[in-house]
Amino acid sequence: MLRHRLLTFIGVLAVAILAAAPAPAQDKFITVASTTSTEQSGLFGHILPLFKAKTGIDVRVIAQGTGQALATGRRGDADVVFVHDRASELKFVDEGYGIERREVMYNDFVLVGPKSDPAKVAGTKDVAAALKKIAEAKAPFASRGDKSGTHAAELRLWKIAGVDPESGKGAWYRETGSGMGPTLNTAAAMDAYALTDRGTWISFKNRRNLAIVVEGDQRLFNQYGVMLVNPAKHAHVKKDLGMAFIDWITSPEGQKAIADYKIGGQQLFFPNYRKAGAS
Amino acid sequence: MIGAMHSPSSILPLSVRDLTFVAGGKTIIDRISFDLRHGQRTVILGPNGAGKSVLLRLCHGLLVPSGGSIVWGGGQPHPERRQAMVFQRPVMLRRSALANITYALKLAGVSRAERGMRAHAALAKVGLDRLADSPARVLSGGEQQRLALARAWALAPEVLFLDEPTANLDPGATRMIEEAIAVIHANGTKIVMTTHDLGQARRIADEVIFLHRGRVLEHSPAARFFDQPATPEAAAFIRGDLIW
Amino acid sequence: MSDISAAFVTALGLIARLDVNLVEIVALSLQVSLTAVAVAACVGLPLGAAVALGRFPGRRVLIVLLNGFMGLPPVVVGLFVYLLLSRAGPLGALGLLFTPSAMVIAQATLITPIIAALTRQVVEDAWREYEEQLRSLGVTPRRAVFTLLWDTRFSLVTAVLAGFGRASAEVGAVMIVGGNIDGVTRVMTTAIALETSKGDLPLALGLGLILITLVLGVNAAAYVIKEAAQRKFG
Repeated sequence: MLRHRLLTFIGVLAVAILAAAPAPAQDKFITVASTTSTEQSGLFGHILPLFKAKTGIDVRVIAQGTGQALATGRRGDADVVFVHDRASELKFVDEGYGIERREVMYNDFVLVGPKSDPAKVAGTKDVAAALKKIAEAKAPFASRGDKSGTHAAELRLWKIAGVDPESGKGAWYRETGSGMGPTLNTAAAMDAYALTDRGTWISFKNRRNLAIVVEGDQRLFNQYGVMLVNPAKHAHVKKDLGMAFIDWITSPEGQKAIADYKIGGQQLFFPNYRKAGAS
Repeated sequence: MIGAMHSPSSILPLSVRDLTFVAGGKTIIDRISFDLRHGQRTVILGPNGAGKSVLLRLCHGLLVPSGGSIVWGGGQPHPERRQAMVFQRPVMLRRSALANITYALKLAGVSRAERGMRAHAALAKVGLDRLADSPARVLSGGEQQRLALARAWALAPEVLFLDEPTANLDPGATRMIEEAIAVIHANGTKIVMTTHDLGQARRIADEVIFLHRGRVLEHSPAARFFDQPATPEAAAFIRGDLIW
Repeated sequence: MSDISAAFVTALGLIARLDVNLVEIVALSLQVSLTAVAVAACVGLPLGAAVALGRFPGRRVLIVLLNGFMGLPPVVVGLFVYLLLSRAGPLGALGLLFTPSAMVIAQATLITPIIAALTRQVVEDAWREYEEQLRSLGVTPRRAVFTLLWDTRFSLVTAVLAGFGRASAEVGAVMIVGGNIDGVTRVMTTAIALETSKGDLPLALGLGLILITLVLGVNAAAYVIKEAAQRKFG
C-alpha cells in the first residue's frame, strides 16, 4: 500500500520535472559547443538567425572555453564543436571524436595593457619581444589559465619569447582560471596586461585604463575550426542537421554573413574557408 | 449515545500490582498496588513531587513501567481505546474547536456523518457550541480546557484520566470544569483525577488514593479519608502542613 | 557610485519597455525555481517530518547530513547532475542535459536538504509539544507525520521560502547543467553572470536589482497570505 503510493508519487514528480522542458521539442535544433569569444563578441547573435531563416534549424550554443567545449564533444553532449585551437582540434579528430573538420574564419589576438604601460611595450609590432619585456619588468599580467584556445595561444607566445610565466606565478603572473570577459575585468581592475581576441575586446565595456598596446603581429593570428562530433562514437548525434550547419557556415553565404558582422564599422572575423585547405 | 456502557467487555477493573517506575536513577513510583473499579470518582491526592502525574501516565499507557504489572479487566486487546486523558495544559491543533474534536473521532474510526453530530453535542455539553468554528488556539485557557474535556467526552471513554486539569485556571473556569466532570461521570464514565488541591478533592472525590514519595499511603472512601486519615503524613497534608 | 545609478536607470528602462528578452528570462527563472521548490517540498516536507518522528539506526547521522547539506555548493551539485545527465553518463539517454528540466533537477537537489532539515526541526519541536496528547488519542508517530505537517504549516512556509530564495539566487548549478543557452536555458542569474563577463556592469547590476525585487515580491506575497491565514486559524 505504501509502496504503491510511493511509486505514484514518484511518477507525478517525474511528470512535473519533465513538464518544465520547453514546449517546442519537435523543433529542429542542434547543440553547438563553442567558445566565449564567438558568443560574447555577438557573432552568433548575428549569423544564427540567418541560418535559422534559411534552414529552420535552431542552433543552441553552449559557450565554454575551448578545453571544455572539446570535452563536451568527447562526451557526446553536443552535435558540433566550433573552437579556435588547431592543435587540440587535430588531436580531437585523430582520437576519432570529430569528423569533417573545416577551417572557417580567423580573427586576431591583441595585447592590451594599462595606459601607464610600466613595461614600455606600447606600439611594438613584435609580441614576443613585448612579452619578454613584461616578464623582465615583472609587470602584472592576467592570464585566462583555463585551457581555452586563447590560453593555448598565450602559452605558445610565452614559449616563443623564451619566458616561463610559471616563474612569476602568484607574483606578477595572475591566472584567473576564467573566461575572456572575467579575465579582462580582472586585468582592468588590476591595471594588468592581458592577451585577448579582438572581437571580445571591441565589445568589452569595462575597459577602465586598458588599451591595445601590441597588434598586427602575424603570430597573433587566431584560426577557428568547426567539426561534427563523430556519430560513430555517439549514435544520437544529429548528423544531418549538424552537417547542414557546417555546410552553411563554409558556404559563400555563410562566409559572407561572418564578414558582414561589424561593431562600430569594424569587422571582427575574417572568413577563410578553402575547400583544398580543409584539414 | 454519549455515555459509556458497563458492558460485559468492560476494561474495568484495573489491577495494578507492584508497579515501579525508575527514571534518572530515581525511584519515582515504588511498588504500588491498587484496584480501580467502575462507578466511583477516584482522586489521587498528594503533595507536588509525589508521583501523581507519572502514575496517571503509567496507567494510561504513555509511560512504560520499570517493574510490576498493569492489567485491565476482560483481557481487552486495546484498552487504550476505551480511555481518554485530559492534561494540565490543553494541547490543541491549529484548527477550529470543532475540527479538533472531529479529528479525535476520526482517529477512533467514527464515520463522517456521526463525527459532526457527536462533536457538536460534546461542545454543547460544555457550553462551547457558539465557538465551534473559532480557531481553537485563540480560546482562553479555561475554554481550551473545556474543549479538551469535550474532546475526551466525545470519544465516549469508559475511563477518563485527568491530570491536575484546573491547576492553571481561575475559580470561575475551575467551577465550569468541575461541573462538566460531574456530568461526564453521571453518564457512566469512570473518573480518575489527580490534584494537589484539597478543596477540589473534597468536592469531587468518592474515594481517595493518597500518594507520597511514590508510595500509596492510603486508599479509602473519601469521607473516611478526610475525617480519619490513617497515616501521619495524610493527617499533616489535610491540616495544610507541607510534607515532603 | 555612477555604475550603481546607471544600473537603476538601465533596470527601469528594461522594465518600462517590457523588454522581450527580459520577460523571457524572468518567466523562465520563475518557472524553473518554482517548479524546483514544488518538487523539493514534495520530497523534503515528508522526509523532514519522517526523520523528526522516526526512530531508526543512523538517525542522528542522517540529521547531521541533512543539516550539512543545506550548505551544498551549487556548482558541485551542478557538476554532479551534469555527470548524471551527460550522454556519457548513466541517464544520458534521457537527453535532459541543457534543458530547463535539468535545471529543475539540479535546483531541486540543491534545496531539498534545506527544506527537509528545517522541516525536521520544526516538526520535532512540535512533536515535543503534542506527543503526549496525540499518543493519548491513539496517534502513532507514522500517522502524526501529516497531522504535524499541517499543524506547523505556517513555520513550514518559511522553510519553503528559504528554499525558493536559494534556488533563485544560485548560478553555479543552472549554468553547468543548463549551458546558459540564449532563449532556452538563460535565467536571471546566468544572464547576470554573462553580462558581467562581457563587462557590461550597469546592465548586470540592473538585472540583479530586478532579480532581488522579484524575490522580495514573492516573499511579500507569501507573508501576506500567511498573516491572513494565521489570523483565521491561530
